[in-house]
Formats: sequence, C-alpha cells, structure tokens
Amino acid sequence: MASVAYPVDEHSAQALGLPSALHEWVITVDHKRLGIMYMIMTLVFFMIAGTLAVVMRTQLSIPNNSLVPPEVFNRLFTVHGTTMVFFVGMPFFAGLANYLVPLMIGARDMAFPRLNAFGFWITLFGGILLYSSYIAGEGLAGHGTAPDVGWFAYAPLTERAFSRGTSTDYWILSILLSGIGSTITAINVIATAMSLRTKGMTIAKMPLFVWMMCVVSFQILVALPALTAGQVMLLMDRYLGAHFFDTQAGGDAVLWQHFFWFFGHPEVYILIIPGFACISEIVPVFSRKPMFGRIAMIGATVAIGFISLSVWAHHMFAVGMSSQANTFFAASTMLIGVPTGIKIFNWLGTMWGGHIRFDTPMLFCIAFLFQFLIAGLTGVMLGVAPLDWQLTDSYFVVAHFHYTLMGGTVFALFGGFYYWFPKATGRMLSETLGKWHFWLLVLGFHLTFDPQHFAGLLGMPRRIYTYAAGRGWEGFNLVSSVGAAVQGIAVLILAINVIVSLRRGRVAGNDPWDAWSLEWATTSPPAEYNFETLPEVHSTRPLWDLKHPEDPDWKFE
Amino acid sequence: MPEATAIALPPLEETTLIDRGKVGLICLIFTEIALFSIFVTAYVFYIGKSLNGPYPKDVLTLPIWATICLLSSSATVEMAIRSLRRDKAGAFKLWLGLTILLGAEFLHQTAVEWHKLITQEHLTIATNLFGTTYYALVGLHASHVVIGLSLLLLTLIIALRGFNLEGAQERRVELLSWYWHFVDAVWVVVFTVVYIVGR
Repeated sequence: MASVAYPVDEHSAQALGLPSALHEWVITVDHKRLGIMYMIMTLVFFMIAGTLAVVMRTQLSIPNNSLVPPEVFNRLFTVHGTTMVFFVGMPFFAGLANYLVPLMIGARDMAFPRLNAFGFWITLFGGILLYSSYIAGEGLAGHGTAPDVGWFAYAPLTERAFSRGTSTDYWILSILLSGIGSTITAINVIATAMSLRTKGMTIAKMPLFVWMMCVVSFQILVALPALTAGQVMLLMDRYLGAHFFDTQAGGDAVLWQHFFWFFGHPEVYILIIPGFACISEIVPVFSRKPMFGRIAMIGATVAIGFISLSVWAHHMFAVGMSSQANTFFAASTMLIGVPTGIKIFNWLGTMWGGHIRFDTPMLFCIAFLFQFLIAGLTGVMLGVAPLDWQLTDSYFVVAHFHYTLMGGTVFALFGGFYYWFPKATGRMLSETLGKWHFWLLVLGFHLTFDPQHFAGLLGMPRRIYTYAAGRGWEGFNLVSSVGAAVQGIAVLILAINVIVSLRRGRVAGNDPWDAWSLEWATTSPPAEYNFETLPEVHSTRPLWDLKHPEDPDWKFE
Repeated sequence: MPEATAIALPPLEETTLIDRGKVGLICLIFTEIALFSIFVTAYVFYIGKSLNGPYPKDVLTLPIWATICLLSSSATVEMAIRSLRRDKAGAFKLWLGLTILLGAEFLHQTAVEWHKLITQEHLTIATNLFGTTYYALVGLHASHVVIGLSLLLLTLIIALRGFNLEGAQERRVELLSWYWHFVDAVWVVVFTVVYIVGR
C-alpha cells in the first residue's frame, strides 16, 4: 500500500503557536489526543517512580548504608509502588485503549468523548495530588511528608491512632480520584466496543486487543469498587470516628486486607492483560502468521477475568486464615495458571514456523514471553501455602511481582510503544537506539531481579531500609543495584530515541509493519475523524483481505 | 489500496450494535452493585459484633411507609415513561412530579429516622459497629436517592420549561428511569439486610 502524505492541518501546532496549541490539547475530547496524553503521563510517572527505585537500590547496594534514613525509605517504597500501579499501569491501560480501540473497530471516537476527557484530567489530578504530599503532607514527625504506609495501606495501621497527620489521606484521596478515572475508561471501552463497531465487524471478529481490553474493563468494574469502598470506610474511620477497622471497638484487623486484595488481585491482571493485548497484536504481525488458537485465546482471557476474582486471599496466607480457606485459595491460584499457560502456548504456537522479524517491538515480546513464564512459575510456587509461609514478605516475592509487572507489563508496554509510535506520530523510532534500549533493559532487568530471588530464599525481608553485613546478601544486593542503574540508562536511551525520532525519524507511512488490523488502514497520524473510507470487514484480518484479494482470510474462517 | 478484488466479497455479516447509552448505564449500575456489595458485606460481617449498645433490635423499627413510597415510585416513573412514549406531555409531567414527591418523602422519612436515632437513642456513626455500618450503608443508599432525585427534578424542570422530551431525548429519560429502578432495587437489599436479617 502506498503511503498517503498526511494532510497539513490548519489548526496544527505550528500554525497556531504554543499557547493555542496547549489550549487545544487541554480542551480536546479526541480519543487519540487523550490516548497520547495518557501515554505521556504513563512515561513521566514511570521515570519518576523509577528514579525512586534507583534511590532505594542505591541505599541497599551495601550493608549498613546510611544514604536514606528509614522514614524516608518507607515513603520511597510507598510512593514507588502506588505510582507504578495507579499512575503508570492504569494510565497505560487507559492510553492504549483510548488510542487504539476506536481505530481497531473502525469508530470515529470513544462512546463518551467528554466523559473520557474528564477521566484523563481527574486521573492526572490524582497523580499530582499524590506527589503534592511531599510539599503539603503532614506525617508523624510533623513536617511535610509523603505517605509511608505501603501501597496496600493496611488498616488498622492506617487508622488515625497510628497514622497521624494527613500523609495517609493523600494516599487515599489520590487513588480515589484515579479510581474514578479508571472506572470511566472501563465504561467507555465496553460501550465503544459494543456500540460503535464498523460494518461487518461482529463481536467474534473484534481484534484480540479489543477483546482483552473489554475483559480488563469488566475486571475494573467488578474489582475497583472494593478498594473505593474500603477507602471510603477508612476515611470515615479517620474523620467521622467510625469503627470499620478499629479493633478496639470490635472491628476486624483483617477485613481491610480482604477488601484491598479483592481489588488487588484482579488488579494485577488489570495491569498485565493490556500487556497480553499488545503481545497478541505484535507477535502475529512479526511472525507473519495469524494468531494461533484465537478462540482459545479469547476463552483463556475471559477465564482469567473470572478466576482472578477468586484468588485474592493468596496474598494473606500468613495472616492466619482457616486451613479450608488456605486450601481454596491455593487451589484457585493453581487453576488460574492454566489459562495463562494456554496463552503462552498460543503465542509460541504463533511464532512456531513463522518468518519471524526481529524488529524492536518483537524483541520486547520475546523477552516478555520468557520473563512472564518465569514470573508465572514463581507465582505457582508462592501459591503453595506452606511455601508461602516461608517466603512471604521476602525478596523472593519482590522478585516475583517485578518479573510480572516489569518483565511482563513494562516490556509489553515498550513493545507496544515501538509498534504503535509510528501510527501516533507518523515517524518511526530509531531501530539502532531501540536495540540498545532493549538489550540494556534486558541486561539491567535480569541483573536487578534475578539475584533478588536468591536473597529472598536466604531470608532477606522486604521493605527493610538496610541490613547487617555477613548474612550472605551483600553480593546479591550489589548486583541488583548495578542492574537498576543499567535499567535507568536503558530508559534514558528510550527518552533520547523519542526526542530524536520525533524530529528526524523515518517517515512511517500508513502501514510500516505490513499489519492486518484496521488502525493501519488510515494515515499516520490519523486525521481527527480517523478514517476517510473504511474497508469492509469480512474476517479478523481485514487488511490481509485487502492486500491479498486472491487468498482472503474470510474463506477459511 | 487495490480497488478490484480477485474473489468476489461475500455479503457483510450482520452486526448487532447496542445503544451506547444503555451499555454505559448498565456498566455503571454493574459497578455500583459491586460497590454496594462491599458495604453490605461489611454490614453483614459486623452483625452482632458491637461491643456496646444501642443494638439494632432496640432502636430500629421497620420503615414500612418509606419503603412503600420508594417502591411505588418505581411504578410511577414507569408510568411517566409510558406517557412519554405515547406523546402525552401532561401525563408525563404529572407522573414524574409524583415520582419526585415519593422519592422526597422517602428521604424525609430517612431524615426523621436518623434524627430520632441520633437525638433520642444516641446512636451515631461513632457509637459502635452497628452505628458505623448502619449509617454507612443506609447513607450510601440515601446519597444515591439524592442523585436520582436531582436528575429527575432536572428532567421535570426541563419539561416544565417547554422543552420537547419526546423522540431523540426519550431514551435519555428512559435511561434515567433505569437508574431510579436500580436505586429502588438496592433498597430492597438494604431493607432486608438492615431491618430484617440484622434485627
């Protein structure tokens, strides 16, 4: 397909000057601009929270280090975790879904564009509110501090008696706001997919990406209210004198954990399934094959959506639940490994026998497969309740969930970023810098997190600000800290790549990857109305049918 | 893009699209149900665990009149929608007004009940676990009644000022009525849990 020179918009930034351009972005309800703003928000907060992680790793690099005092260290891991989950992972989902779902189903915009804009701004406001606690918050010591209660903020430790001041309230309110934004996005995604599909695109023909985004949205609608409700109860406890989590008035010390993890475990799937969605688009295109086991893939995703609602208490094996409860949650945790395994199998089946192109997006996907598999295996280990009693709250757990969220979600995020950047900007990212970014990140990632498994097995607990020498943890921690620095360099290369490529990158054209879904049928970047003419959809790969009219997919589906 | 195709395309498969407002509202109600479920769980979990009185059996009386008001408002809002469909603007305003009156009476009854509990029985949100969970759950529901009532009132004002709500706007009013039905249905759960099971 010949690329179409993208039409110069009279209202583009160059024509109007910076203030007007900014104004246009602030008042926009266009799903593509909102998607881009979500992605910028994701990357900015990723770099901020990543910097916090590097500070923590520096503190832990040698025993008895005194770079960071303990109370500051508590704030570091709290804000790092909270940011990564709510202001990196969630906007990543929202940004991808906003930008791509309408394009993939051939719609002009999301179902509720103004609501969509509101969702973005309230999410961003939540993120800013969290960080403003560094200036305005008041903690135990009576001076300005950020929240220091962990991203899970276990009540009753977050009750007024134990968490004085306002720092905990910053945690509650900023996440409450981001929750409103996530709910809005979830409603919007489902309504868009159900109501705005183009002619011929039945639900069965929706791209896997859209399917998976719908499952994530479903999970958000079911699980997020548990956190919201818990936070409202906590606020009532703190400010109205209620007793939801007040053990002295007969309240339960474990109730918050149930509410939090009823949200928290679906949440980890809410964070990883957008990654699955990217992988499921990229792997077939770069293997030059249709998705292997597409129906099984959809089934597995839906299964994960449901089973993920019944595994939450495997985060709580150590709090003293009944053995029946432990058995149930251990079993359901094993069960959810099955659909996840099906997915890995399907991606490998797609690559098997394909003409694999090792461009940067595909490299990230391959690393994802490898790392996410290991993450899943350590997850199954931790799902065995007796082993969890040994490993709980150790660095083994830290290594496990960083393998899923960093080795999984973030690698998929970068894969998707390299894949769709040409569509959103009209220019390709540099492959050379991309490969440097990829290999340094892989190296840094494994240097950082592989040794943490061993430190954890040797008994190193989480959330400690320092440790004594002579326990056999020194080597692992030093390597881990070096790895963090390498990852930092890798992310800087990405930033340089974006800045350089935006100015001087190769012009992408409509369809630089020779792909098959509808977003590649329009200009890069797409006009505000998305499509001038829409191809008819007769199969799950409408662009393949157009490019190969003599051998169309719909003959075989 | 190649214009001609080698193999003649089959007819397009029929797609069924659902009204986006309906999907959006169903999703909203779905997530609200999840929210209420957590508060109901907390209420049920803490039944009988208060360390000190007053206890539910001492201070709660069945709010029969309030329940009748709220449940019948579901019927009146349905009558309003039917009038709207038959282009009977006068009957629509009448039924809508009646719905609002019934909803307002429900809120009034809640206010009376809370006033009695606070001033006579000395039950506040801080008294015991019962007070905490009671005011949270009933208050959450009442706040939803307030939202629904405000939207119904807005619709009535729009109708009274002579805007035509038939035709294109009809589905919006209908979606609002769905929300109102949801608020009523939640009351059935709250009533059962708080006034029957919890007493």
